[in-house]
Amino acid sequence: MAETLLFNALREAIDEEMGRDDTVFVLGEDVGVYGGSYKVTKDLYNKYGELRVLDTPIAENSFTGMAVGAAMTGLRPIIEGMNMGFLLLAFNQIANNAGMLRYTSGGNYKIPMVIRGPGGVGRQLGAEHSQRLEAYFQAVPGLKIVACSTPYNAKGLLKAAIRDDNPVLFFEHVLLYNLKEDLPNHEYVVPLDKAEIVRPGKDVTILTYSRMRHHVTQAVKGLEKKGLDPEVIDLISLKPLDFDTIGASIKKTHRVIIVEECMKTGGIGAEIIASINDRYFDELDAPVVRLSSQDIPTPYNGKLETLTIVQPKQIEAAVENMVALKV
Amino acid sequence: MVQERTLPQFHAPAAQIAPEEGLRLYEDMILGRFFEDKCAEMYYRGKMFGFVHLYNGQEAVSSGVIKSLRSDDYVCSTYRDHVHALSAGVPAKNVMAELFGKETGCSKGRGGSMHLFSSEHNMLGGFAFIGEGIPVALGAAFQSRYRRDALGDSSADQVTACFFGDGTSNNGQFFECLNMAALWKLPILFVVENNKWAIGMAHERATSQPEIYKKAAVFGMPGVEVDGMDVMAVRAVAQEAVARARAGEGPTLIEALTYRFRGHSLADPDELRSKAEKEAWLARDPIKRFEGYLLEQNLADEGTLKEVRDRIQTRIDDALTFAEESPEPSPDDLYKYIFAED
Ligand SMILES: Cc1ncc(C[n+]2csc(CCOP(=O)(O)OP(=O)(O)O)c2C)c(N)n1
Ligand SMILES: [Mg+2]
Repeated sequence: MAETLLFNALREAIDEEMGRDDTVFVLGEDVGVYGGSYKVTKDLYNKYGELRVLDTPIAENSFTGMAVGAAMTGLRPIIEGMNMGFLLLAFNQIANNAGMLRYTSGGNYKIPMVIRGPGGVGRQLGAEHSQRLEAYFQAVPGLKIVACSTPYNAKGLLKAAIRDDNPVLFFEHVLLYNLKEDLPNHEYVVPLDKAEIVRPGKDVTILTYSRMRHHVTQAVKGLEKKGLDPEVIDLISLKPLDFDTIGASIKKTHRVIIVEECMKTGGIGAEIIASINDRYFDELDAPVVRLSSQDIPTPYNGKLETLTIVQPKQIEAAVENMVALKV
Repeated sequence: MVQERTLPQFHAPAAQIAPEEGLRLYEDMILGRFFEDKCAEMYYRGKMFGFVHLYNGQEAVSSGVIKSLRSDDYVCSTYRDHVHALSAGVPAKNVMAELFGKETGCSKGRGGSMHLFSSEHNMLGGFAFIGEGIPVALGAAFQSRYRRDALGDSSADQVTACFFGDGTSNNGQFFECLNMAALWKLPILFVVENNKWAIGMAHERATSQPEIYKKAAVFGMPGVEVDGMDVMAVRAVAQEAVARARAGEGPTLIEALTYRFRGHSLADPDELRSKAEKEAWLARDPIKRFEGYLLEQNLADEGTLKEVRDRIQTRIDDALTFAEESPEPSPDDLYKYIFAED
């Protein structure tokens, strides 16, 4: 076991996969000489050379398309979005070509690529650097969307994403890079399509992902003291959703609260609620509750920013309310 | 009508071409022309759907460039992609079947006219959005360089030819990719088919510098203009650019001055282009011109050329029969091909 920071866990994943398969390469802004804006690719440039850790010009749509072309012709690119928000400029290449080209080509090409980087609301970074693109991208067919939340799952999931033959959008969170955890010394891979049961429980199912997992964990401490027993599930895969795990939990608790950092309108939670209605309506004892970020550009001011995203106290209150209404 | 640009001079008689090679080019141009004429007929008869963009008039560019490539080189196109796919070796019957939406189409009936793909022929695709194919082509070229220089595979000398229009040369992806291609010396040909129009937008009204080939200079890249109605001239510049790319000396921007003989798509009434302009360009039909050249140079006689045309007509007729008789995709396969495992 070795205590590892999350950004280093990601770095280890990339290093191990590049060592294992020489068609794997990294590209993006400042990934090479500079080592990545969150140091996820530190020193890999020296180890693997300038073509395998490729510093690109600031041209998101074009270098993303370039990665698609490289993937179509047999390489396995890993794009680092310096900040995932910048990939709004690459929306076309991600949607039309990474996501849809395999289908549109009738299976002529596969596109094994990973698009990874920091997203989410950080500390007073302002609206543009605080985006949660997972909600914007979830409607694109052909993409897999994954959000990591701990050093352990970050490493194992990134390795799985690199080995996957499909385009994977891999979300990290700016505020989680310095989380620490003891990681196994042996190699491991975490499957992309499995949600993680963070805490088994029986009263209510809390579905969450990325940094909100940690807000939920904090709320659970208070709830435990009050004698409540929630089940916490980290979705991990935002697309496709792991309905085996979600469904089993609903059949046990019959109550669902979704805690997410994306905005409410058109968010991941909105999609989950619709799907739960389709699949498990008869299992529900209460309407699904959704705690999301406010539908506003994230304000710079610290107090307003705190009000914009869901806080542990609100999660606690929501769980208590739901359980109190239990018939 | 804007003053026409003076076309660059090219002395074809001085160029060497073997008779078989001349006939190969001729056959490819005829294939493109006859195929597109058949598409127009089928579209108006209600057998073909969607937006269909034909290539009539521009054949010298596709044949001149793609026939200068090896079969393991890559081709990347736009929505005006039928003829590029044919030149790249995708069989006419599979292209026709695709336009009919059939399972035997090169994209299994999932793509349609603007999305022709064939991994077998290194046809990277028809890309329906302006400019989006350019980065993808860049990626294929990067891959060749990666295999050669990062993986040490000395046989990885494949070249990528990337086609797009004058209107597209005003898009950011064009400039971004020229920059990266020159920066990393990638084996790629950027082939701008300047047919003077982007739907209804005249080239001069859309760009501050109409001479597109000059835009290469700021990237330190060779830029050449060529008479896109002269297959021998296109072939000559393409061969030079391919040799340079293959030798690891980097990209070239080729601006081929050409013209489309039909509207933007089969749905376009084509009312903006003047009669005088159309007539002036029709008089320079690249196929007639090349026929004249082959005859003058005694590289072929009338009988041989007619044989080629007859053979191609039969191939188109067969392609049509094949397309008509092919099955549609099964509804059971609606979800197939979304993920790599399907
Ligand atoms: C991103 C995008 N914007 C607009 C269009 C609509 N459109 C299709 S073709 C075209 C004109 C392109 O002209 P040009 O690049 O000169 O190519 P040509 O059609 O002349 O071959 C436009 C605007 C599109 N397909 N994609
Ligand atoms: Mg044009």
